[in-house]
Amino acid sequence: MDAPKNKKQANKHTRCEMEQTTLNHVKGGSFLLEETDPYNVFTPEDFSEQHQMISKTTSDFVDNEILPRINDIDDQKDGLTVSLLKKAGEVGLLSIDVPEEYGGLELGITSSILVAEHIGRTGSWAVSHGAHTGIGTLPIVFFGTEDQKKKYLPRFATGEWISSYSLSEPSSGSDALSARTTAVLSPDNNHYLLNGTKMWLSNAGFADVYITFAQVNGEKFSAFIIEKGFPGVSTGAEEKKMGIKGSSTRQLILENAQVPVENLLGEIGRGHIIAFNILNIGRFKLGAAAIGAAKKVIADSNSYAKTRMQFNKPIADFGMIKHKLAEMAIRTFVGESMLYRTAGLIDTVLKNINKESPNAAAQTLKGIEEYAIECSILKVYCSEILDYVVDEGVQIFGGYGYSEEYPVARAYRDSRINRIFEGTNEINRLLIPAMLLKRSRKGELDLLRRATQLANDLLSVSSTNCEANAIFSTQRKLIDNAKKLAVMMTGIVAQKFLERLSEQQEILSNISDIVMDVYAMESVLLRVEKNLARETANEIHIKIVKTFVNDTMVRVEMNARDILSSTTEGDTLRTYLAVLKRFTKYTPLNTVALRRVIADELIGKEKYSL
Amino acid sequence: MKIAVCINHVPDTETKIKVGADNVNIDKTGVNYMLSPYDEFAVEEALRIREKFTGDVTVLSLGGDAHKETLRKALAMGVEKAVLLKDDSVRDSNGVAKALAEELRQMSPDVILFGKQSIDYDNAQVGTLVAEMLGLPSVAVVVKLDIQEGKVVCDREIEGGHEIVETKLPAVFLAQKGLNEPRYPSLKGIMAAKSKPIEEKPAAPAEVQVQTIHLKKPPAKGSGKILSTDDSAVSELIRLLREEAKVI
Ligand SMILES: Cc1cc2nc3c(=O)[nH]c(=O)nc-3n(C[C@H](O)[C@H](O)[C@H](O)COP(=O)(O)OP(=O)(O)OC[C@H]3O[C@@H](n4cnc5c(N)ncnc54)[C@H](O)[C@@H]3O)c2cc1C
Repeated sequence: MDAPKNKKQANKHTRCEMEQTTLNHVKGGSFLLEETDPYNVFTPEDFSEQHQMISKTTSDFVDNEILPRINDIDDQKDGLTVSLLKKAGEVGLLSIDVPEEYGGLELGITSSILVAEHIGRTGSWAVSHGAHTGIGTLPIVFFGTEDQKKKYLPRFATGEWISSYSLSEPSSGSDALSARTTAVLSPDNNHYLLNGTKMWLSNAGFADVYITFAQVNGEKFSAFIIEKGFPGVSTGAEEKKMGIKGSSTRQLILENAQVPVENLLGEIGRGHIIAFNILNIGRFKLGAAAIGAAKKVIADSNSYAKTRMQFNKPIADFGMIKHKLAEMAIRTFVGESMLYRTAGLIDTVLKNINKESPNAAAQTLKGIEEYAIECSILKVYCSEILDYVVDEGVQIFGGYGYSEEYPVARAYRDSRINRIFEGTNEINRLLIPAMLLKRSRKGELDLLRRATQLANDLLSVSSTNCEANAIFSTQRKLIDNAKKLAVMMTGIVAQKFLERLSEQQEILSNISDIVMDVYAMESVLLRVEKNLARETANEIHIKIVKTFVNDTMVRVEMNARDILSSTTEGDTLRTYLAVLKRFTKYTPLNTVALRRVIADELIGKEKYSL
Repeated sequence: MKIAVCINHVPDTETKIKVGADNVNIDKTGVNYMLSPYDEFAVEEALRIREKFTGDVTVLSLGGDAHKETLRKALAMGVEKAVLLKDDSVRDSNGVAKALAEELRQMSPDVILFGKQSIDYDNAQVGTLVAEMLGLPSVAVVVKLDIQEGKVVCDREIEGGHEIVETKLPAVFLAQKGLNEPRYPSLKGIMAAKSKPIEEKPAAPAEVQVQTIHLKKPPAKGSGKILSTDDSAVSELIRLLREEAKVI
């Protein structure tokens, strides 16, 4: 047992700030450059009694009200999704992000993420809930006028009205700002007349409101609040989708649609600000929903593996099945650590905003925008965790996994959309390094200067020997090295390609992958370190960290090799490769043994609970 | 209308219970706790009565600090007040009833609700004992409770049927499943519960009259047997029922 060795370390930290409930502000994106104190991260083990009660209410609601009706929901049974949304409204599950003065609860990001996570296991219904409470409601929370907030938010908070969001068009998806829908002021100045077709509106079939984007006079990208009954507004036929079949997806057709001028949302020509800011939260919540869905698949696969007998044994006894179960659990635990760490970061900022202040909404938005990099990371990472989990889930179920009789087939189909909407994973992979570089150029992050420094001391740089936690000394060192590599690689690439960097998508994607892996490895490490100090971590958590860092460093190395081999050559390349080798050198662990123990722990339980 | 509900904090139905090393208590490590399900029906009924007649609802629980979690859940469901009768000792049903009766005597509520039994030790005694101690009428296993002018009509479940009874307030009622659908503690209720106080009082002492001397798990269930699907299965089944199970 490793744990007791850590006691001394634990005491040291107990003295400093164990009991503190408020965390210190940590700059968005700075995880790549700074070392984070474990006591300054939020973890699922820090949930308050209220968080736990919210979690229980949501979980019970999902298990009793939604999951038993999932087949009917997926058949789009008339009125069902909406009636369940209203029921959710009664419990308060639609109003977490809505300010109190407009009938909401304003409970902060952590609560919101917790709820999104539980609802995530409902597949289609989660998309309906998310589209309504997230992209459908938040534009008005953050950009609405007083009158707009008064009119719409209390109705959204109860579910009396359902909202939707329409940014995409048939010919503009990733390139959202190139939308063709136009808006012109009517001759009497009372209305905007909108013309065009919007595509892929989640909730379109039953929404009362569509938050819509159009080019005013064909050039100024702007947002509008459109109501179902406005003249010239209609929706298309239901899309026939691969998954999330219960979520309504349709076109919004605008033919000289009359939108009263007071329904302009935000300023003319500033629609992109709304579109992009709302996406940050949407991406974060998508990550949460993915982790919630993954936990359910793990629980289902686990109980199946224990009861399915082959060769006179439950298949859970087989090494390859154990490997799958362990890896599903490891990645999900990592994703969960990333989620709540980020929730803690944002809530720390939001807590300091005076809700009474007239620009509280703008400050909140800015607070969230600061963590746009982390939000993109969560979107990509967690959606890919879920895709891995559902894929292996189907495999554990074998032929029965391919049958709609078992829940894993639906989970498999429902998972796939997450890599596509809220900005495809490709687009988010481009955004991560772009945002890092932009902040560096603005002087908000000390990235490029550090990169130069590292390049200058190339041969002498070595990782500081972190004294921290003896259990994780290797992991800490490796993560520290991975950070240095990320900074170094970004520097090399930025210097080499200068303003033509955006053409080097493959390399940008490699950088993104390293940055994401850093955030993932560090988040799970910090969580477990914090728990070790207060003796709430267990052997399994330690093994998860070790296995994950062990395997992830291989990927970090591969990505770095790809970057180096495509940007440098000859002696420079050889020098860098030598540094890379030094930075990623470690004695591999016996991950077969580690995974077996992790799997056995899971197999001993009924649900996902590690 | 003054309403009191006595509630218990019991191991979660999904928790796997292990007998402790002393063979008398359960092993509490890793056990999650919950509001006893029948008590939850009682809380819901109290809230509905209050919504219909106005008044207030107080929940009472006897036990250690951990019971606050369950009291808080009732507060989150919408109950106004909570009282924790502090006591960490092990009590028998009589001891629990005595402490609750003592407190209820002072409160003198119009309606006192219990779950028909608490799902930990399943004694199904406390509610009835309290009624007796207070000299109040009691109706057990209630599936419908209708408070009318000057009387209360209850529908109670009996083996193979229903019995309709009539009584007068103040009275004690023991809730059975089917009485209502308990509400979810709403997020608003959860936040409001945070600022509702839980009053702590020492529990009236009581002598132990019945003592647990041994806890045992039932013998592990053997695995099922699947017989072949051809005709020989019938005679094989009969043979097994006769010789192995010895039921025919
Ligand atoms: C079920 C469903 C629900 C949806 N709900 C909504 C909604 O409620 N509201 C809404 O506004 N939209 C919604 N969408 C639309 C969704 O956001 C878009 O589908 C998504 O943004 C991708 O756009 P696209 O489909 O046009 O793909 P494209 O943009 O055409 O992309 C096709 C491929 O090219 C890649 N690609 C595109 N540009 C680049 C680039 N610069 N570099 C590298 N690769 C690139 C993409 O990553 C993708 O792999 C929904 C879509 C679906 C399927």
